[in-house]
Amino acid sequence: MAWSTTTWVMAALAPIIVFLAGHLFLGIARKITARIHRRRGPPVMQQFIDVFKLFGKRTSTTHSWVQDMGALFAVIGVIACSLFIPIGGDPVLSFQGDVIVLVYLLAIAPLGMALGTGSTGNPNSAIGVSRGLMLMLAYELPFAIVIVTIIVHFKTASLGEIVEAQKGFLDWAILSLPLSAIAADLSLQGMLGEKPFDQPVAPSEVASGPMVEFGGKYLGMLMIWHAMSVVVEAGLFVNLFLGGGVLFGGGTTLALIGNIFVWLALTLTVFIFSIFINSVFGRFKMGQALKFYWGFPTLIALIGLSIAVLSNLGVF
Amino acid sequence: MDDEPRGGLLDQSGMEITNLPERGFLRKLADWASARSMWILYYCTGCGAVELPPVMTSRYDMERYGMGPMATPRQADLLLITGYLSVKTLKRVVRSYEQMQDPKYVLGHGSCTIDGGMYWDSYATVKDVGLYVPVDLYLAGCMPRPEAILQAVERLQGMIMDGTADGWMRYKRDYKFYRENQDKVFKRGPDWALEEPVLK
Repeated sequence: MAWSTTTWVMAALAPIIVFLAGHLFLGIARKITARIHRRRGPPVMQQFIDVFKLFGKRTSTTHSWVQDMGALFAVIGVIACSLFIPIGGDPVLSFQGDVIVLVYLLAIAPLGMALGTGSTGNPNSAIGVSRGLMLMLAYELPFAIVIVTIIVHFKTASLGEIVEAQKGFLDWAILSLPLSAIAADLSLQGMLGEKPFDQPVAPSEVASGPMVEFGGKYLGMLMIWHAMSVVVEAGLFVNLFLGGGVLFGGGTTLALIGNIFVWLALTLTVFIFSIFINSVFGRFKMGQALKFYWGFPTLIALIGLSIAVLSNLGVF
Repeated sequence: MDDEPRGGLLDQSGMEITNLPERGFLRKLADWASARSMWILYYCTGCGAVELPPVMTSRYDMERYGMGPMATPRQADLLLITGYLSVKTLKRVVRSYEQMQDPKYVLGHGSCTIDGGMYWDSYATVKDVGLYVPVDLYLAGCMPRPEAILQAVERLQGMIMDGTADGWMRYKRDYKFYRENQDKVFKRGPDWALEEPVLK
C-alpha cells in the first residue's frame, strides 16, 4: 500500500511524540502526587533528567546478552505499539483487526522485560515477573471483553474506523457504553501498574521486582519503556472511548496538529485520573487484585457486552 | 597511620585531586544530570535513619532535588551511610558499594562515620568508614538535623557538578589500600564476585 506524506511523517513522529509526552506526563504526575502529599515535588522535567543521567552512567552491569535483548525488546515493543495508536485520529498502521494485533503487541514489551529479568537470576525479579504475569492475567479478562464490546458496537476491528465513528461528542463510546468504559478504566489502572495494582514493582516487598538487577543504561531503557507505555495505554483508552481527540475536521495539516494536542490533553487527563487513584490507595495483595479484576470489572464488562449485542440486534 | 591516599576529605582548601580527567561537554551535562537526580541507597543500620523520614516527606521534601530512595544498589547513585557501622555490617556495605554503577557517591552521615562518635571505644564498630570505602562528603553531628542533610546534599551537588566528587575514581586508583583495610576487618567468601569495573 502506498503511504501519503503525512503518514510517513507521522510514522517518524509518533514514537518521538510518545517518548516526549510520556516523560512529560510522568513528570507532571510526580508533581501532582507531591502536591497531594503537600510537598513541592521535583521539577516537571525531572523524568528527562533521570533518563539522561542513567544513560550517562559510566558502567552498566549486564548479566548476559539475554538481559540486553530484554531491555531492547521492551522499548521496541512499545515503539511498535505507538505506530498502531491513532494519534490525533491518524494511525500509521491501520487495517481491519489492528485492535486485536495491538492487544497482543501490548503484551510483547512486558514479556520482553520478563525475558531480560529472568536471565539476571535474582529471586526478587522472578517474583516480580510472576506477579506481573498474574496481574496481566487478571486485568486482561475484563479488558478483552471491553475490546469485543467495542468491536461489536462499532462493527469494525480497526482503531482508525473506531475513531472515525466517534466524530461528534455524542458518538463517544463513553456515553453509549458507560459500563464498558468503567471496566476499561479499571483495567487501565492495572495496565499502568499504578496503585492499588503495583505489585510487580513493589519496592518495599520485592525490591522493585523485575528492575532489581537493572542499572545504568538498562534501567534507562526500562524507564523509557514505562514512560512510552503510559502514553500508549492511556491513549488507547482515549481512542476507544473518548473519540481519539479528533476535534478539528477538514484533514489539513493544521487540523492534524491541533488534533494531536487534543489527543495528548485527553491522554494526560486519563493518566492523571489514574494518578489520583494511585496517590490515595495502598497496595492490594496479589490474590486480592486477581479477585477484584475477575469480579466487579468483569461483571460490568459482561453487562456492557450484552447491552452492545442486544442493541445491535435491535432489542433497544 | 595508613590513611595516606585518602586526601583531605573534608578539607575545603586542599582536596587532594591532582589528576582529574578533563571532562567534555557531554560528560559535564551528564554530571549535571547526576547531581540533579541522585538516587539514594540507604544503609540504615545506625540511628541516623530516624532523621531521614522527615527529609523524605512533606516537611523537607528531598524530591525537590530529584532525590529518592531506591530499592537496590544497581539503581542507586548515592550510598548514604547513616550512623555507625558494626564490624559485621561493613562487609555488606562494601558489597553494596561495589554493586553500584559508576559514577557513585558516598555520604558519611553522622559523627560515627568519621571517628566512631559515641562508640569511639567500642570493639565492635568501625571507627572511620573512609578507610574502607571512599567517602565523598562527611556530615558531622549526632544526629545531623534534616536541614544539615539538605545542606550536605547541596554541597555534594556542587561537588558533582565541578567534578570533585571523585570517590568512585579513588576507589579504583587506590583499590589496594582499601582492599588491605577491608581484609583486616572481614574475610571474603568464595562467593564474593568482585564487580569488573573495580578490577580495571
